[in-house]
Amino acid sequence: MKLTLKIWRQRNAADKGRMASYELDDVSPDMSFLEMLDVLNERLIIEGDDPVAFDHDCREGICGMCSLVIDGTAHGPQRATTTCQLHMRHFKDGDVITIEPWRASAFPVIKDLVVDRSAFDRIIQAGGYVSAPTGSAPEAASIPIPQADAHDAFDAATCIGCGACVAACPNASAMLFTAAKITHLGLMPQGQPERYGRVTAMVDQMDAEGFGGCTNTGECTSVCPKGIPLETISRLNADLLKATAKG
Amino acid sequence: MSWTYQKIGHMFRNVSSVSRSTPVAAPRRPQAPSTAALPRRLYRSSVGKKAVMAVTGGILVLFLVGHMLGNLKVFLGRADFDHYAHWLRTIGEPALPHRVFLTIMEAVLTVAVILHMWSAVSLARRARQARPVRYAVRPKAQEHRYATHVMRYGGIIILLFVIWHLLDLTFGVVNPKSGGAEPYDKVVADFDPSRWYITVFYVIAVVMVGLHLKHGLWSAFQTLGWGRQRRYRGLHLFADVVAALLVIGFVAVPVMVTIGVVK
Amino acid sequence: MSLFSEGEPIRDTRAPDGSIKGRWDQRRFGGKLVNPANRRKLSVIVVGTGLAGGAAAATLGELGYHVKSFCYQDSPRRAHSIAAQGGINAAKNYRNDGDSIQRLFYDTVKGGDYRSRESNVYRLAQVSVEIIDQCVAQGVPFAREYGGLLDTRSFGGVQVSRTFYARGQTGQQLLLGAYQALERQVAAGTVEMFTRHEMLELIIVDGVARGIIARDMVTGEIETHTADAVVLASGGYGNVFFLSTNAKGCNVTATWRAHRKGALFANPCYTQIHPTCIPQSGEHQSKLTLMSESLRNDGRVWVPVEKGDTRKPADIPEDERDYYLERIYPSFGNLVPRDIASRAAKNVCDEGRGVGPGGLGVYLDFQDAIARLGRDAVAGKYGNLFEMYERITGDDPFEVPMRIYPAVHYTMGGLWVDYDLQSTIPGLFVIGEANFSDHGANRLGASALMQGLADGYFVLPNTISDYLAKGPYEKIDDDHEAVVEARASVTDRIEKLLSIDGDRTPDSFHRELGAVMWEYCGMERTEEGLRKAIDRIRELRAEFWSSVKVPGENEELNQNLEKAGRIADFLELAELMCIDALHREESCGGHFRAESQTPDGEALRDDENFAYAAAWEYTGEAPVLHKENLEYEYVKMTQRSYK
Repeated sequence: MKLTLKIWRQRNAADKGRMASYELDDVSPDMSFLEMLDVLNERLIIEGDDPVAFDHDCREGICGMCSLVIDGTAHGPQRATTTCQLHMRHFKDGDVITIEPWRASAFPVIKDLVVDRSAFDRIIQAGGYVSAPTGSAPEAASIPIPQADAHDAFDAATCIGCGACVAACPNASAMLFTAAKITHLGLMPQGQPERYGRVTAMVDQMDAEGFGGCTNTGECTSVCPKGIPLETISRLNADLLKATAKG
Repeated sequence: MSWTYQKIGHMFRNVSSVSRSTPVAAPRRPQAPSTAALPRRLYRSSVGKKAVMAVTGGILVLFLVGHMLGNLKVFLGRADFDHYAHWLRTIGEPALPHRVFLTIMEAVLTVAVILHMWSAVSLARRARQARPVRYAVRPKAQEHRYATHVMRYGGIIILLFVIWHLLDLTFGVVNPKSGGAEPYDKVVADFDPSRWYITVFYVIAVVMVGLHLKHGLWSAFQTLGWGRQRRYRGLHLFADVVAALLVIGFVAVPVMVTIGVVK
Repeated sequence: MSLFSEGEPIRDTRAPDGSIKGRWDQRRFGGKLVNPANRRKLSVIVVGTGLAGGAAAATLGELGYHVKSFCYQDSPRRAHSIAAQGGINAAKNYRNDGDSIQRLFYDTVKGGDYRSRESNVYRLAQVSVEIIDQCVAQGVPFAREYGGLLDTRSFGGVQVSRTFYARGQTGQQLLLGAYQALERQVAAGTVEMFTRHEMLELIIVDGVARGIIARDMVTGEIETHTADAVVLASGGYGNVFFLSTNAKGCNVTATWRAHRKGALFANPCYTQIHPTCIPQSGEHQSKLTLMSESLRNDGRVWVPVEKGDTRKPADIPEDERDYYLERIYPSFGNLVPRDIASRAAKNVCDEGRGVGPGGLGVYLDFQDAIARLGRDAVAGKYGNLFEMYERITGDDPFEVPMRIYPAVHYTMGGLWVDYDLQSTIPGLFVIGEANFSDHGANRLGASALMQGLADGYFVLPNTISDYLAKGPYEKIDDDHEAVVEARASVTDRIEKLLSIDGDRTPDSFHRELGAVMWEYCGMERTEEGLRKAIDRIRELRAEFWSSVKVPGENEELNQNLEKAGRIADFLELAELMCIDALHREESCGGHFRAESQTPDGEALRDDENFAYAAAWEYTGEAPVLHKENLEYEYVKMTQRSYK
């Protein structure tokens, strides 16, 4: 396959950045999207150009590190799939593919397609945990959890923290990420004691990081590689309103 | 391989303003419960602002339902319609003085509209700041819900329409009849076949209101914490039906006047 | 010149004597404690934020120590523990099926092919019970029964159901638990987090580990971090093979740098090769993806009888297919252990009967299962795995047989540690996959997560206090001779890498190294092959240092500079792996020497001569071997058989 890639190039946070165009003519349909970029980079190095920086690690769809907006869609055209699991057979010979970083002021660009997602860590620091110091745990079987709750909690807990929800949201909101953690912990008995303090602190931190507000467009869940359901956001809303009413 | 620089205008915004010179401070443990008053606590967060929009939106929807039912009295004839309009001013009499109920209602609606818009503007500004550099390729809407994507612009159009509408049928400033004329006369004069363009304008505006409600009603349930996967179909259906009924009910009057059914 | 020399034997002096059951209690009682008020004056560096490192940093923070935690990823949540699928073992005996600490201990020692240390393994089994309690308390969403109690399953061929799991994402959920505990400590101010930082050197002052030199991967700044103790939790070195199931960033640099500074590296040749991975699709392949082992429960493994048969699988009639596992191992069939299945696949591919691109693959066929159970039942059991397979290969396993091939998955070797998990450098502790301690020559399924969390939550935080109680140590200034030297070695190396400006990319060396290792130090090793490999690795290393091309500069995010540094260390480790494999003239666990097999081709251990852990000392020239003799008081050594 022959492809034209239009890639966002930005040397560092202070650089203005620009789109650059590359031709690639030996792309195999069996390559993953990132392997296609590897091939491009190997050529750029030999030709004395600066290779394209992009985040990636596990390349099996679970670490949440890869983060590309491909032709306007976070993680590209295949649903429920991270960029690293997207393969070139979903593109055709002659395609022009535009690759951009996650765009959000809370995710400043570090270089090219690499952004700083530490805002997510700080949202978790604000309360995305159960305070259970090592050694203090009761016997595991003493906390039964109805299977349905465990199931819903699990669905929320599968969030990989990639940030596609923010990238896709017209408001650059981090609600789906935050709501996934609120829902995971809020549905389990272990999470109850800190439930309302948690939601207030996490939403405050989310707002402080400069993410936009949620307007229920549903874009987040449709690009989410793990299919975190939209109802997590409603659960967060319910918890936050209760917490607000309680004061 | 070539470096061809593409000049895509809006991508040349100052990117450095995106990167923070001072990172956001790491949060400390959740603070003790806030002692601030409820409205303050609510308004502090982006979620609280959405809740304000949901509640005020709900008030406005209830008003629209009443307004629509009242409008439909046009089909019962001049006497019924004018009597209804008059009755609005006498609700609660003699316990309440003349027009007090209506004034309270107007005040509530005004506050609701202001809060609704204030929250919307505040969230829109927050969204704009949250994405200072836009995508070169316009993000494809994965959720193909037209209504969802016209909330903000739709809201502005609706606001302009409401202002026109008040000047037209409430104050009579832009109505062929004077402000003191009987309501029935004002309506008939307004949508006279010769003024077909006014009718078209009204229809477009009402459809905008419908689209706004299609997403807005569903969104309000979601915001107030009632959204669950298993209820989404029902909630969407409810929002669509209410929006559709309101559109039909509101469009019926001007259209029927214009085509001469109501004279 | 000989490849290595032998030095003094080495011995663990920390495990108390007496009954194995009481050793952990004894050790905790015997260790010195640190007064809670003094803990914040003591600092600990933890490198790596996987299950071991994340759990250790969080727990040390909870105890009140001042912790500095480092990871190369952009968030501690992304460490590769996150990719573990199967589950975590614990001797809870919730099923009342005869499990016990003793049995988990026994299974682990036997599974490790009698090449692990009994004391450590027994403690692992004891602590396993507490891990589950801890994780549940943190809100880890383990699978539950209808009644709300924890579900377990049997895994990896053991006869008891002791594996706790969270769908196919157990590693992710356990890691998020540790990550959240870690972030709680960051918020509490006890842990300082350094993401996108890579440890490039160990600082040793007067023979004691006192800190690290780390590179800020965003700015390129070379930073000095000193502390009272250093903990390495930097994972395994499977990426020496280039293609493995490890994450792309996994590397040996932290442990290798420590090794060069005096920490012994034990059993580097012990690598686990997983039989059911998706094969390579071409030259561009960058990593391999594991498919759950459970697929072998219903899939049948076969290759064409004829060499070079390029027909579509559906066109190959039944009598021209060789269901080789069923043929060679009639009683276990497709369910033989990992190492045996892997080697058998390699053998048929070496015969030229492999399928798919490059002939490196065998079929895993579900047609019989679909015919027997029905399509829906198969979809119910394996639907998500089939989807994952289709996403990667574009083939639908309902229509076309899957193609699988073995891939490097886990490395049992690592830095040598004593019962306290302290290396041969005082003050340097090594936990998780980075150490060598618990799995012997082969790791059982669902035991990696157990060991990581055992080390991180329970073992290290208790043993390190004995060391820290002797502190706080004298403060080290940035201009201390040892710091200056360590910094200089880092900056010199970076400058060297950037200045070579040759004509080959770092990845091209990595690929070539991986191919050599896979060929000669992979599933089957021979003396001849290993000698060839050592020669080739030396050439390749020389070539690397003369013709690698690293673009860009240090003072920026430079992913190729990062890679080049890691590859330089892999090029050194690879040689040691081959030397270790060469010297161990027996087959055991993940190490199969063609010269040492039973008449019917199975691994043949040599307990007489090789019942020891091989701990290697770095000299810059030929390494020195220190043997730790392994004594089995509680488990009797036997030969495995699966015929």
